[in-house]
Amino acid sequence: MSSSVFEYAPAPESRSIVDIAPSYGLFVDGEFVDGTGEPLKSVNPATEEVLTEVATASEADVDRAVRAARRAFDKVWGPMRPADRGKYLFRIARLLQERAREFAVLESLDNGKPIRESRDVDVPLAAAHFFYHAGWADKLDHAGLGPAPRPLGVAGQVIPWNFPLLMLAWKVAPALATGNTVVLKPAETTPLTALLFAEVCRRADLPPGVVNIVTGAGETGRAVVEHGDVDKVAFTGSTEVGKSIARAVAGTRKKVTLELGGKAANIVFDDAPIDQAVEGIVQGIFFNQGHVCCAGSRLLVQESIHDEVIASLQRRIGTLRVGDPLDKNTDIGAINSAEQLARIRELSDIGEAEGAERWQPACDLPERGFWFPPTVFTNVSPAHRIARDEVFGPVLSVLTFRTPDEAVAKANNTTYGLSAGIWTEKGSRILKIANQLRAGVIWANTFNKFDPTSPFGGYKQSGYGREGGRHGLAAYLKGHDA
Amino acid sequence: MSSDRLAVRKTYKLYVNGAFPRSESGRTYEVTDAKGHFLANAARASRKDARDAVVAARAAFRKWSGTTAYNRGQVLYRVAEVMEGRHVQFCEEVAQSEGLSSSKARAAVDAAIDRWVWYAGWTDKLAAVLGGANPVAGPYFDFSMPEPTGVVAVLAPQQSSLLGLVSVLAPVLATGSTAVVVTSKERPLPAITLAEVLATSDVPGGVVNLLTGDAEELGTWLAEHADVDAIDLTGAPAGRAMEFEREAAGTVKRVLRPPATEPDWTADPGLSRMTPFLETKTVWHPIGV
Amino acid sequence: MACMTHVLDPDALPDDGRALMAPLPPYDDVTRSDSAFRAFLHGLPGVDQVGAESRVAMLGTRSIKTTSKAWAIDTAISMVDLTTLEGADTPGKVRSLAAKARRPDPGDPACPHVAAVCVYGDLAGVAREALGDSGIHVAAVATAFPSGRASRAVKIADVQDAVANGADEIDMVIDRGAFLSGRYLDVYEEIVAVKEACGDAHLKVILETGELVTLDNVRRASWIAMLAGGDFIKTSTGKVNPAATLPVSLVMLEAVRDFRAATGRQIGFKPAGGIRTTKDAIKHLVLINETVGADWLDPDWFRFGASSLLNDLLLQRQKLRTGHYSGPDYVTVD
Repeated sequence: MSSSVFEYAPAPESRSIVDIAPSYGLFVDGEFVDGTGEPLKSVNPATEEVLTEVATASEADVDRAVRAARRAFDKVWGPMRPADRGKYLFRIARLLQERAREFAVLESLDNGKPIRESRDVDVPLAAAHFFYHAGWADKLDHAGLGPAPRPLGVAGQVIPWNFPLLMLAWKVAPALATGNTVVLKPAETTPLTALLFAEVCRRADLPPGVVNIVTGAGETGRAVVEHGDVDKVAFTGSTEVGKSIARAVAGTRKKVTLELGGKAANIVFDDAPIDQAVEGIVQGIFFNQGHVCCAGSRLLVQESIHDEVIASLQRRIGTLRVGDPLDKNTDIGAINSAEQLARIRELSDIGEAEGAERWQPACDLPERGFWFPPTVFTNVSPAHRIARDEVFGPVLSVLTFRTPDEAVAKANNTTYGLSAGIWTEKGSRILKIANQLRAGVIWANTFNKFDPTSPFGGYKQSGYGREGGRHGLAAYLKGHDA
Repeated sequence: MSSDRLAVRKTYKLYVNGAFPRSESGRTYEVTDAKGHFLANAARASRKDARDAVVAARAAFRKWSGTTAYNRGQVLYRVAEVMEGRHVQFCEEVAQSEGLSSSKARAAVDAAIDRWVWYAGWTDKLAAVLGGANPVAGPYFDFSMPEPTGVVAVLAPQQSSLLGLVSVLAPVLATGSTAVVVTSKERPLPAITLAEVLATSDVPGGVVNLLTGDAEELGTWLAEHADVDAIDLTGAPAGRAMEFEREAAGTVKRVLRPPATEPDWTADPGLSRMTPFLETKTVWHPIGV
Repeated sequence: MACMTHVLDPDALPDDGRALMAPLPPYDDVTRSDSAFRAFLHGLPGVDQVGAESRVAMLGTRSIKTTSKAWAIDTAISMVDLTTLEGADTPGKVRSLAAKARRPDPGDPACPHVAAVCVYGDLAGVAREALGDSGIHVAAVATAFPSGRASRAVKIADVQDAVANGADEIDMVIDRGAFLSGRYLDVYEEIVAVKEACGDAHLKVILETGELVTLDNVRRASWIAMLAGGDFIKTSTGKVNPAATLPVSLVMLEAVRDFRAATGRQIGFKPAGGIRTTKDAIKHLVLINETVGADWLDPDWFRFGASSLLNDLLLQRQKLRTGHYSGPDYVTVD
C-alpha cells in the first residue's frame, strides 16, 4: 500500500449535452440567416477537430444587423417600459443558469479552457451579470448618473476569444439594461457560445433585433466599429486593435470603451501569507492558460524570500494537471489557437535568448491540439521582452525588489495599467501600495476575482471605461462618463 | 497725477513649471484687441516648450495627486481669492480681448472666479459621489474610488478667454491631474494674468502650465506625446480635432472631444468635465480572521 | 504577556518540568526562552483564511471515479483509527469494535483492515488483547482528554497507565488555555514531557483546532507540537465543533510539509471529528495528494479519526464492487 501514487482516473464531462450543428448562420433581427462572406471553421483547440462551420458577416450583412438593431431600438426596446426590459434580462439570466452545463461544455470545446473553469467561473458569472443588470433597468434614475439618463442607441460590440460567453455578458447585459440594442461580433475562433446565446434570446422571446450576432474575423469587426449608424463601440481585445478602433472612431460622435491588454505585477512582500500567495501567483498566471488580460504575468518578489517562493511555486506548479479540457480534474487546458501558441513560443524563446532562465515542470502533453506547459522564467530583468510584452499565455516572469518604493516603481514601469496584486499581512502597506499603483483593479491578498458589481477596466494603454457596477452603466448612457 | 506719463508695458511670457520663461524658440506674435488694435506681443510656444511643460506637469503630478482632497480644495479656493484682488485687471483684459462691454466683461470675470469656488468645493466630494463599496458575492471587501488620470493637455476655448479657460482648467485641477494648457491663440492675455494669479496663490509650480500660441501647431505635439494621459480638444482649431484624436489614439489617451460650437460657459457644467479625467480604481481584499 | 511563568534568561537552569530535549536543527534555539519562542511562532507566515478556504473548495471539486475511487476507498479504510470515546464504553463494545477493525466487511476478505482502534486508556488492554497479532495498533487518548484540564503529574500518569495497558499510540491534548494565554513554552514542555512518558509509543498531539479558532493559531500550535517531538499532529478530540475542517487540514498539512523540508523529519497527520462520509475522506486524500504528496498517503503517516466513516466507506466499496447501491443492513452495527 505504501508509496502508492494517487492517480485520478479520467473524469470527462459528457459532451453529449451539446448538439453542434454542421453549420451556423448569423443571428440578425431574431432569425438565423446566411452570411455572404466566406465561412470560417471553428476548431476544438484540444484536438484540432473541426467543430462546425460558421458564417462570415460581410459589410452588407453587418449593415443589415445594424439596421435591425436601429429598428428595434426605435420601435420596441427604446420605448419599452424599463421594468419589462429588466424582466427580459432576468429571463435570460435564468435560461443561462438552466442551460449552464450545455454552455460550459460548449465553451470548453470551442475555447480549450478547463471545464472546471467554464463550469465554475465563466458561466455562473455570465448569468450573474445578467441578473445584476436586470435590476438596474428600471432604476437608472437612481444610479447617480444624472436625471432621466437616456440610452445611446445601437451598440457595436467586439469581444475576444479568452472568455467568449463571459465577455458577451459583460457587453450585452449593461447595453440592454440601459435601453440600447446591440450588434455583437464574437471572436473568430470562439463563436459557438454566442450563437447558443442567440438561441437563448429566442427562447426568452426577446424582441427581434435587440440582440444581433455577426460572426467573422477582423474585417467583420471593422465593419461593426466603422458603421455610420453605430452610436457606441465597446471593445475588449488587444491594445493594438484598440488603438486602431480609437483611430477609426476619431471625429465621430461614437462613444467608446476599450478594455485592452495588460502586464500586471503581482507583488509579494516578505511578510506575505506565503501559501496563499503561491496560490495567488498560480491563479494569477495559469487561470485560463494565462489567456487573461489582467493576468499576473510579472511576479515581483521581495529579494529576501525569492528562493523560498520560487521553490514553493515550482512544487505547486508540479501538481497542476494539464490536458483534456473536458476532464473535470484538468487545471490547464489547451491554448486557444495555433496562432496564439506560436506567439507564446516565440516570446518564450526570446526570453531564453535574452538570458532569462526557463523552468517547466515535467508534464506529458497530448499529441494533437495546441498545448504549452506552465512556464516560469527567473532571472528576468525589466528590459527583457517577457517582462514588457503581453504573452497572453501560461508564462510567468519573475523579477525581484528590495523596498516598497522599488516594488511600486517596477510595477508601474509598463505602458499598461489594468491590474496588480499585493501580498502582505500589513494592512497599512496594502493601502499605501494600492494607492501608488497605476492600475484599474488591485487585488490584495487575492487575485483574478471578478464580480458584476465591481468595476473593471484599465489605466494607461490598458484602455478606458469600466465594465461592471454603476460605473459600467455610464458607458451606455448619454452624457455621463463616470 | 499727470496724464502724460509714459505707461510701463507688460511683457507676456509663458508659464511653465512655476516660472515665466520666454519661448525657447524666441518667437512672439502680435496680440490685438477685438478691433484689431495692438495690445502686446505674446510668446509663441514651440514644440520644445510643450515638451518642457509636459515634463513639469509630470513631475508635479505625484505630489498634487497625493495632496489631500481637502487641501486641494483650499488651494483652488485661494485661486479665487487672489483673482478677486485682480478683478479690475481681468475685466479690462477680457473686455479688450473679447470686445465685451464692461458689464459683460465683469459678468464673465465674476463667473470665472465663482467657477473656481465651485470646483474648490468638489475636490472632497468626488470620491463619495463617484466611488463606493461594491457588494461582491464573496468574502471580500471591494471598493472603487476615482483617481486622477495624470497629465492632461488642454486646448482651451478660442473665444472665451477667461471664463472658458477656467472652465476647462479648474476641473482638471480639482480631480488631481496636472495640466498643460494651450490658451486661446488670439486672446491669450487674460490667461497670462491668470498665470500670475496661479504663481502667487498656493498652486504648486508645474501643476498648471500655460502656453500661449497656436493650438494647431502645439495640438499635434501634445496629442502624440506619450507622456500625456489625456487631451481636452475643446479649443482645437476647426477641422483639426479629428486628426488630434487619431494621434491621441497612439497611446490610448483619454480624449474629450470638442463641442460642435463653443458652449455657453455660464451653464452648470455638472461632472462632465471631471469624469473624463478620472480613472476608477477598484481594490479587493479578503474578509477573514 | 499574560503570565510570565518562565525566566527570560536563556542560560538559567531549567526547573523540574523544563524541556529535556531541544528541537531539531535548525530550530534548536527557538525554545530557549518564552520571548524567543513567541518571536519564532509569530514569525511563521500568516494564513489568509479566505485564500485557504478557496484552495480547499477548489480541491473539493476533484472528481475521483472508477479505479481511483476504488483505490481511495481501500486506502481510506486502511487509514481509519476506529474510535469509541464514550462514557458508556465497555469491554464488550471495545471487543466488538476490534472485531470490526480486523474484518471491516465480513463478506469480503479482500477488504483491508483499519489502522488502529482508538479508546480511553483504561480499555487499552481490552483492545490489545482483542486485536492480537493483527498488526492493528491500539491508540489511547490520554492527558485528561478531552479538556486537558489537570495537573501535569496527572496527565503523565494517565499516559503511563495507557501505555502500561498496551497502547502503542497515545493521543494527547495540548493545553489550549496555556496556548491562548500566550504561554507557548508551557504547551511545548508539556508535550515534551508526555513524549518522554510515552516511551516507544507513538505520540499524536491533538490541537483541538475548534478552540484555537484562527488558522494562524493552528499553524503555530502545529509547529509547537512538531518541535516538541510529536509523531503525529491531530486536529481535534471530536468533542468540540468545528472539528476537522478542510482548511484546518490544509494548514496542518502545510506545516508537516514545511517541517520535513526544514528538518528532514516527517510528521504524520490525523484529522478527527466530523469526517463521516466517503466523500469527506476522499477530499482529504486529494488534499494530501496535492499538498504534501504521496509520501503521506500511507497509514504510517495519515489517519482518519472516525467512528461512522468506516461504514460509509464500506457501503461505497460494495457499490463499486457490485454496481448497485447498498444499504445500512449490509454493514455491521457496532
